[in-house]
Amino acid sequence: MKQFFAFIRKEFYHVFRDKKTLLMLFGVPIAQVLLFGFVLTNEIKNSKIVVCDYAKDYASQEVIRKIEASRYFNVQKASMSHDQIEAAFRTGEIKMAVIFPADFYSDLSHLNKAQIQVIADASDPNTATTLTSYLSSILNDFQTEMISTGKVPYTIKPEVRMLYNPELLGAPNFVPGVMALVLMLICAMMTSVAIVKEKEMGTMEVLLVSPLKPYLIIIAKTVPYLLISLLNLTAILLMSVYLLDLAIKGSIVLLFAESTLFIISSLALGLLISVRAESQMSAMMTSQMSLMLPTMLLTGFMFPIENMPVAMQVVSYLIPSHYYYVIVKAVMLEGLGFASIWRETLIMAFITLVLVGINIRSFKTRLA
Amino acid sequence: MRTLRFLLQKEFKQILRSRSLLISILMMPIIQLTLMPLAANYEVKNIAVAVVDHDHSSYSRKLIDKIFASKYFSGGSYTTSYSAAGKLIEQNKADIILEIPHGFEDNLIRDDHEQIFLAVNAINGTKAGIGSGYLGAIVADFNNDIRQQWVHASRFSDAPAIDIVPANWYNPFMSYFLFMVPGLIVSLLTGLGVFSASLNIVKEKEIGTIEQINVTPIRKYHFILGKLIPYWVLGMTVFTIGMLVSRFVYGIVPLGSIPMLYGFLSVYLVTLLGAGLLISTYSDTQQQAVSLAFFFMLIFNMISGVFTSIDSMPEWGKVMSYFSPMSHFAAVMRMVVLKGSTFHDIMPHFLAIVLLGIVFNTWAILNYRKTT
Amino acid sequence: MDNIAIQADKLTKRFDDFTAVDAITFDVRQGEIFGFVGANGAGKTTAMRILCGLSRPTSGAATVAGFDVYKEAEKIKKNIGYMSQKFSLYEDLTVMENITFYAGIYGLSDREIKERGAKLLDRLGITHEAKTYVASLPLGWRQKLSFSVAVIHQPKIVFLDEPTGGVDPVTRRQFWDLIYEAADSGITVFVTTHYMDEAEYCNRVSVMVDGRIDALDTPSNLKKQFNVDSMNKVFYQLAREAKRSGD
Repeated sequence: MKQFFAFIRKEFYHVFRDKKTLLMLFGVPIAQVLLFGFVLTNEIKNSKIVVCDYAKDYASQEVIRKIEASRYFNVQKASMSHDQIEAAFRTGEIKMAVIFPADFYSDLSHLNKAQIQVIADASDPNTATTLTSYLSSILNDFQTEMISTGKVPYTIKPEVRMLYNPELLGAPNFVPGVMALVLMLICAMMTSVAIVKEKEMGTMEVLLVSPLKPYLIIIAKTVPYLLISLLNLTAILLMSVYLLDLAIKGSIVLLFAESTLFIISSLALGLLISVRAESQMSAMMTSQMSLMLPTMLLTGFMFPIENMPVAMQVVSYLIPSHYYYVIVKAVMLEGLGFASIWRETLIMAFITLVLVGINIRSFKTRLA
Repeated sequence: MRTLRFLLQKEFKQILRSRSLLISILMMPIIQLTLMPLAANYEVKNIAVAVVDHDHSSYSRKLIDKIFASKYFSGGSYTTSYSAAGKLIEQNKADIILEIPHGFEDNLIRDDHEQIFLAVNAINGTKAGIGSGYLGAIVADFNNDIRQQWVHASRFSDAPAIDIVPANWYNPFMSYFLFMVPGLIVSLLTGLGVFSASLNIVKEKEIGTIEQINVTPIRKYHFILGKLIPYWVLGMTVFTIGMLVSRFVYGIVPLGSIPMLYGFLSVYLVTLLGAGLLISTYSDTQQQAVSLAFFFMLIFNMISGVFTSIDSMPEWGKVMSYFSPMSHFAAVMRMVVLKGSTFHDIMPHFLAIVLLGIVFNTWAILNYRKTT
Repeated sequence: MDNIAIQADKLTKRFDDFTAVDAITFDVRQGEIFGFVGANGAGKTTAMRILCGLSRPTSGAATVAGFDVYKEAEKIKKNIGYMSQKFSLYEDLTVMENITFYAGIYGLSDREIKERGAKLLDRLGITHEAKTYVASLPLGWRQKLSFSVAVIHQPKIVFLDEPTGGVDPVTRRQFWDLIYEAADSGITVFVTTHYMDEAEYCNRVSVMVDGRIDALDTPSNLKKQFNVDSMNKVFYQLAREAKRSGD
């Protein structure tokens, strides 16, 4: 046991003496949380649009005032021809043009019908759709106000409650994803590179002839990354609680236990890569291709899984981070207990067991 | 110039010989470009609604049918109580609970107004906002149907109506691929460029050949050029593969000038490789170089506007994204491919790239010392 | 002064509060094989790196091939060859590709590269291995090849930093044959080593202890001076005083 701890100490020296690697280990999660918390959002807001008001009457001005008051738009008023609009789209200056025809109000009051032309730069279809729907809800508002003097019959009023995230912030969705990504990255990528490095330098041979049992060597190699991952997890959680105001609703103990399970599965993946990889460069490339990308794509925090083709959805069910993401959301944000996540936990444990099993087998053949 | 010839000969031979590296450099764009766009679809659809219908009236049934007829809502499930529906939300089997109260139909007709309850899982804020918006619109539509049924057409048509006449330029079918594929090409190219360039010099440091190079009369800029040019050619190749994939898999034909895109790319690559070299001059081992490259790539990627909108960022986020070369190329790529922007249109981005290129490369050359 | 290849005067290199090279003064004559011996960490490699223009001295003066190490490092590099302790050939290039590369960056013409390359391969007896990857050559051959590549541009001086580490005695003997041939053709050889039998092969030897040169003369004079019968014993006598231990 004493040898074992001596070994772990050596591994810590490796990790902590290399400042630039430490930057990766701790800088990446911190930068991610900060970026996701403060800079990035899937929400579309402050979009620059141009409003061409050829009516300049009561109704058009009222609608424009409402558009200006919305945080979604950053309004610039100008009269622009289609060519000018096109030119502004091409430089990317504006995202949308809203055109009020002359006689807007008189059409509205006399014919009970008026039109607004909306030209969107649909090169980004998401922004275009979202902006159009923001605009139409502003118009709906305006119309309701116009007729609210008279009573509208037979009104169904939907009462909407936003659960877990009433302000519709981006962070609650991203934080669990960042946790999955960071833990996966540190464990799998860094472990595989560290082990391959020993292979490359020939020190692995020296370790294998030492009186320490081979499996203990492997465990000792992975323990520091396990601890660093837990440290990272703590840092991410502290940041999300104190910087992003994201309270942990469920049991912290449960959260750490589930995370440890996920970390072990990631470590097993890293080991698997290290068995195959010949050089640090190829370990890196394999980790990137086979772990990073699927985690980003198929976990569900960046892109909705239900929109994907069936084949990809099936693959997403084989990825441990998929389950981890669901579990973190449930425990951290929804405050649920083990009873609601036992199924995911079981699947994750099963995948981990399979991975460890494969590792033991390939390790035995390597020694034989 | 002669020296450069020998340097280039050596670099190209080394690159072409590392099969596994070459395969991943060339295959990665093809695989990623065919898979990523399939997954990278932010469109909100397939929203699962859990219905709690306490009324079981013809109105409530009509409303429910109307909701499920929409392409946005799928996988409806029926439960008898709100708490049962809540369970479905917890298990991720439902995104929205729609609760129709007992006496919905009767109350609506008798009292002229009635409430329904929507509870939305808002962890994914965007999906919640857009999804509940869609649902609200369907309910409003249903509401109008009811009114038309009960109220004389004359009285009802008094309500003024504003129609939006939408025009979606550049992408009339609202194809998400058209938007994502050009962005993804940029993201891929940038990743490959920075990683391979940053690893290269460090590798010579690790195996010790750099010492041998440093005692030769090679000039600094010859050496750096010798390292840059092969990866520049590689970048051009990867970009071409990307463009071919986007043409033949996704049918995307750039509206703007392709030579201009290549012109911009040729400058962009110099900037990018400068950043990679800079990283490698600060690293002693490949592990360090990868860590640094990864750290900066991550930030470049996140703030580049490829995946999220730059407009929505706070001011300091926008400033950061200005200093990421990737955000300029991503913008230019989308402008030229989708909107046919001209050189005049992309001028500000071009200047930014040139500026960043000068900074990165000068810094890298100054920091690469032959002497300690 | 024409026949002086290297001249060092109170040359010093400090790293923070550690003095790696402590005011060393010596001359190396043209065509001479000059040995630089000392224990690990005595400062041999640092001194050599200064003379090659890889490292800037803290104080003192030195010229190599008549050029100043402070101001004319790049001119020095045109006139020297260098073989480092670490392996200096590219393993993923073939033998001939390595030769072409190094000859090319020293500005040899295509014809010269071809001629000298062929002569070199012939001399080493590995003409049939021209297209072999360096990675698959035995260590001894690689070392001999490294040396031959380091002198392919016929420099005035060649610096060898522990060139025979890990090589068997037969190959070492062959390696020294190559060194003698180079010296005969007028190349000054500056070689560091910690094999004392190799020190015997040098025209003159300087012994470094703790960053200083404690003795400098021909091997036979040194043996006389210390009244012993081998360079090994000379070295032991000097190294006993050393305060710094090996790295």
